[in-house]
Amino acid sequence: MENNAAQSNCPIEAVDLTMAYGTRVIQHDLNFKVEKGSTFIIMGGSGCGKSTLLRHLVGIQKPAKGHILRNGRDFWTCSSKEQDKIRQTSGIMYQTGGLWSAMTLAENVAFPLEEYTSLSRREIREICHLKLALVGLAGFEDFYPSELSGGMQKRAGLARAMALDPDVLFFDEPSAGLDPVSARRLDDLIIELRESLGTTIVVVTHELASIFTIATDSIYLDNRSLTLTAHGHPAKILQETTDESIITFLTRGEGRKDAK
Amino acid sequence: MSLRRKTSTKPVHVAVVTDTHTPGLSTLRMEGCWKKDNSLPQASQVAIPQDASHLVFDCDGITEWDSGLLAFLNNLLDIAHKRNIDVNLDGLPEGPRRLLRLAQAVPIKETDISHDGGGWVHHIGQKAINIINVTLAINRFIGELTIALLKFCVGMAHTRWINVWDQISKAGYQALPLISMIGYLIGLILAFIGSIPLKMFGADIFVASLVGIGVLRLMSPVMVGTVMAGRTGASFAAELGSMNVNDEIDAFQAMGVSPMDFLVLPRFLALCVMVPLLCLYSDLLGVLGGMTVGLFYSNLTYLEFYKQMTSTTTINDLLVGVFTSFIFGILISICGCYQGIKCGRNSTAVGQAATTAVVSSMVCMTIASAIITVLTVILKI
Repeated sequence: MENNAAQSNCPIEAVDLTMAYGTRVIQHDLNFKVEKGSTFIIMGGSGCGKSTLLRHLVGIQKPAKGHILRNGRDFWTCSSKEQDKIRQTSGIMYQTGGLWSAMTLAENVAFPLEEYTSLSRREIREICHLKLALVGLAGFEDFYPSELSGGMQKRAGLARAMALDPDVLFFDEPSAGLDPVSARRLDDLIIELRESLGTTIVVVTHELASIFTIATDSIYLDNRSLTLTAHGHPAKILQETTDESIITFLTRGEGRKDAK
Repeated sequence: MSLRRKTSTKPVHVAVVTDTHTPGLSTLRMEGCWKKDNSLPQASQVAIPQDASHLVFDCDGITEWDSGLLAFLNNLLDIAHKRNIDVNLDGLPEGPRRLLRLAQAVPIKETDISHDGGGWVHHIGQKAINIINVTLAINRFIGELTIALLKFCVGMAHTRWINVWDQISKAGYQALPLISMIGYLIGLILAFIGSIPLKMFGADIFVASLVGIGVLRLMSPVMVGTVMAGRTGASFAAELGSMNVNDEIDAFQAMGVSPMDFLVLPRFLALCVMVPLLCLYSDLLGVLGGMTVGLFYSNLTYLEFYKQMTSTTTINDLLVGVFTSFIFGILISICGCYQGIKCGRNSTAVGQAATTAVVSSMVCMTIASAIITVLTVILKI
């Protein structure tokens, strides 16, 4: 951690990032920085490439053009060993939970610990218990993911993402498919994590309630011009933007209500 | 429902009324019960005059309606739109009017997803590029697997023995009942088919040689390969494919654990070990099956059968068979895992992956056994 801070205090930066599947460009020329300790929201309509951007940021997909800097270093010029090291400093919660269905919850959370730490079995078990308790799943250690509800799977996914005490936590559509109360509880949990652990949080979402509750910074990906058209706190974006599609997005099509 | 239908038996009727005072204005007078099972007229059958420029509706006679009416009107609006006829919907009942407005509103185009058009040249070109891309992808996969294997040999891979054992048990002993039955029956069938013409020549004894060479060299590896491709290869593809759908493979990658190390290598190793072993087991049962025929149909004694078989069958026959099955194991695991790892992110793709895994491993096995057979002839093994 100290070492990273010395290099740069910006955990993630995208420079001229262009994403494409084959010849189909998803988004082009993205430039943004994620500040340390912020809750950074990637928003945009369905199919604009939010999840794809997330796959780029965590380093599973290689950019078609441009660079992803992690702590000031270009991710894709690092050796594969260093890449793996960087990957271990980030945790990801997937849209569907992404839990390994052949393992129990405890095994899911224990896996990264077993792979990357030299902790004893007992210590790992204790940490698993703690992480599952943090997301409200104490006592579910020996359940398989398929035995849980969607919301519980997501929270278990979060427990696994937090297993290695990551510097950056990524969330892919955290509230999708959850009832309003569970979604709210997950948002509270995200805020709690940022404030207590100081973790940088990157969230992909189009859930307006979450966007305004948890965000400290955000970008808006436009699916017509295929690039980012706004950057800043969502409330500020809404106040200042002149872009019709952003206003429509942030107000569910009702238009901006001028307070004055 | 049926009660209501009885009360509203008024026939469906539609007519175009023109007004001589206002040229170009046509009124569509509609009456009856406009429900979809009442054999409604088609919109194209409505005779709108050639000179019509305005269309209004008079629908006071409509007693009941459902989507049958809506479909009729929607088509009619499309026709009117094509002929540049101005349509005034005010005469319609409120429900259909609002629904039609909804249906006729131009849908907002959300994203620019370009659909590749192009003629047959484009099509052939695309196919050719696909073939090249797939070939490259398979080469890359085999390369990555080789690296993972080397890493495993020096103990640097994220592979766990427990997973290898798990796969060995799934692919191995759980397949034993099936392999037992098929192995035994294959020996039996081969001996039966062979012994009928052999009996005619009074060469009954050679059924032992036939079973020995036939089963050990080819039949047993091929049958074990086929069973394993259908049983294990397909399950590899489906399992890895649904892990892909469920973001599980991403989760490994994002953690810096190569899916090659953790998922593919245990399956690969398991099949490399288990297919030859299952082949040996099937050899034994195949010979037993052949012997059953020899003893009870061809009236040989056990000793005659044994002597004839051992004098004509060499250890090379056995080794060639086991080697062939080893190659089959490699091919089945590569085909299955490749299809699973490259699987698309939906349920249709998973089914497709399983099918393709079986088909491609069958094709690969056939080609491989042809090559091995030719080689053994050339090398006189």
